[in-house]
Amino acid sequence: MDFIKDFVNVLSAGSISFLLLTSIFALIIYFNLLNGRIKSGGGIAFLGFGILLLVVGIFIRPLAYLGVAYLLILFGLAALGGRLWDTKVGLRLFVVGGLAFGLSMLDPNFFLIAAKPDNVPIVAMIFLLGFFTWLALRKAYLNDSQLALGGIPWEKTESDEKLFTWPDLVYTEMLCMILLTIVMIVWSVVLRAPLEEAANPTSSPNPAKAPWYFLGLQEMLVYFDPWLAGVVLPTLIIVGLMAIPYIDTNPKGNGYYSFRERKWEIGVFLYGFLVLWSFLIITGTFLRGPNWNFFGPYEFWDPNKLVPLVNVDLSELMWVKVLGTSLPKLWIIREIFGLALIGAYLGTPPVMAAGPFRRFYLKMGAARYYVGAYLFLIMMSLPIKMVLRWLFNLKYILHIQEIFFNV
Amino acid sequence: MANLTALKDGIVNSQVWKSVFRVGIPNTNRKRVLAVLGSLILHLHPVKVRRSGVRMSYTWCMGGTSFFLFLVETVTGLLLMFYYRPTIEYAFTDIMDLREQAPFGIMREMHRWGAHAMVIAVWLHMFRVFMTGSYKPPREFNWNVGVILLVLTLLLSFTGYLLPWDQLAIWAITVGSSMARASPGAGNEGPMSGLVKLGDIRLIHAGDDARFALIGGRSIGAATLLRFYVLHCVVIPLAAGFLMAIHFWRVRKDGGISGPL
Repeated sequence: MDFIKDFVNVLSAGSISFLLLTSIFALIIYFNLLNGRIKSGGGIAFLGFGILLLVVGIFIRPLAYLGVAYLLILFGLAALGGRLWDTKVGLRLFVVGGLAFGLSMLDPNFFLIAAKPDNVPIVAMIFLLGFFTWLALRKAYLNDSQLALGGIPWEKTESDEKLFTWPDLVYTEMLCMILLTIVMIVWSVVLRAPLEEAANPTSSPNPAKAPWYFLGLQEMLVYFDPWLAGVVLPTLIIVGLMAIPYIDTNPKGNGYYSFRERKWEIGVFLYGFLVLWSFLIITGTFLRGPNWNFFGPYEFWDPNKLVPLVNVDLSELMWVKVLGTSLPKLWIIREIFGLALIGAYLGTPPVMAAGPFRRFYLKMGAARYYVGAYLFLIMMSLPIKMVLRWLFNLKYILHIQEIFFNV
Repeated sequence: MANLTALKDGIVNSQVWKSVFRVGIPNTNRKRVLAVLGSLILHLHPVKVRRSGVRMSYTWCMGGTSFFLFLVETVTGLLLMFYYRPTIEYAFTDIMDLREQAPFGIMREMHRWGAHAMVIAVWLHMFRVFMTGSYKPPREFNWNVGVILLVLTLLLSFTGYLLPWDQLAIWAITVGSSMARASPGAGNEGPMSGLVKLGDIRLIHAGDDARFALIGGRSIGAATLLRFYVLHCVVIPLAAGFLMAIHFWRVRKDGGISGPL
């Protein structure tokens, strides 16, 4: 039991859990939905990826853990039998998840965090997100197999038929309201709202956490400065969400669940919503303890845990470690590598527009293409920065303290 | 049984009942139409809806759940306003009173759990709308209204978080609002704001930057509490209510609950 707990603790560290989640996301989205089952031709590629991780893991320790966990989950999914979107398999997944959670609640450290009143809704949210992701992809899968056979999506068979609002819709709404009222009353009676001691501006708690829905942003502070993590990126999330209908000109998949007709849109959205936003909230809520240090789910939140501060800037890495000289005085020379790197990153859309993405560029038009491309690049800067931190302990790519401009 | 039917008929055909509901039991198509058209609340709906749009497995009922939870928050919030005074002297003790003295006092519980549930419901609603491609033309504008409503939901929850005035509240808001300090050009620790100068004097400092405007002071205090209270109870709910009206109206004008074209 302790061995499993230690293993899960190690796996939960961002460097492993995030990559694991990303791999499984790719597995589920791009492999399983297309073929419906793990045990099929394409499965070899994913098996190969897992074995590759193990081999590389001989040299880079965390990747070995990643490989083991990845293969375990791969075999676990295959052992569930049938297609991932079958009701039977979904039920098994739910039972496995519920059992894992139930058993974990026996651990005192896990219980302490998961049963904190304000964290209860987030536990519920994890299960709800899992269920609804499964449901949406199941319906998409069923529709896709219909469309592949030249059929019509399931919604189409019923959309021309009209029902009277009274009684059909009104009664559904009333039943939902009654059910929700019962849920709210029971929840309110059973669980008391948290109330700590009176506000005291002179004694700050450790860790001091924002409300749970902003913990993804607070977690981003580990990788970015506040002006990016707390101001620019949240603004761009809102702008990006609002831009979706204007960037996405694909007329298909309007008004019914489907995946094959909208692979890119759904892939990008789900990656942002589940793997970035939700994962960071869950990490920030359950796995960040005193001093915002990382703690595994079964680990005691020790306020004296020592974490070495070994992060270095790109300028230091290049000038001092690679070139073996001291840092230049003038910031524009000192930061030349960071400026070049960011320039190259932000320079990709025009280059790609002239080259491999010419087709997209012509189809979408310049405005859509560039807005979409830059929003995507900015979204992807988060996982890129995370991986750079784990691999090279990189602190800032660009560190211009002269004008507080750090990236 | 016969007596019960007679009683029901008596009630439904009475002048009082008819004065309120106009049509009796909607047992003919004509009366079903009139029942929806003749009611202020129900006429938010069209008279007829797509069969696929009524299915819970399609809509997940998350938009309705969000709206219902907004109503729950409004009702419980109004009840809480009877007990709560937004000043540093009373805020915390009023909540203590509410918790320990008010009989059957689950209003605060329901308000808090409802707030969490509403955030989750709005996210799931957005998730469903995305997965069914319902933001595509002609519904682009309504998706945008929805995104603003999502932001307002988070702001409602955020401003409400401070009101109990306990340790959880002020430190969560301290952490959350400290971000404003880093706004580029507008926060005293943000990039480029050092460039806003008059001679040698920095114009953006802790006493006039974006964070100061948000919390009404250099640290979370009495002004913040009052500010967040007014935002939480008046400004944001009114804005959200207005946008919800537009949101629902546009659902109908854009062709009802989405379905395949």
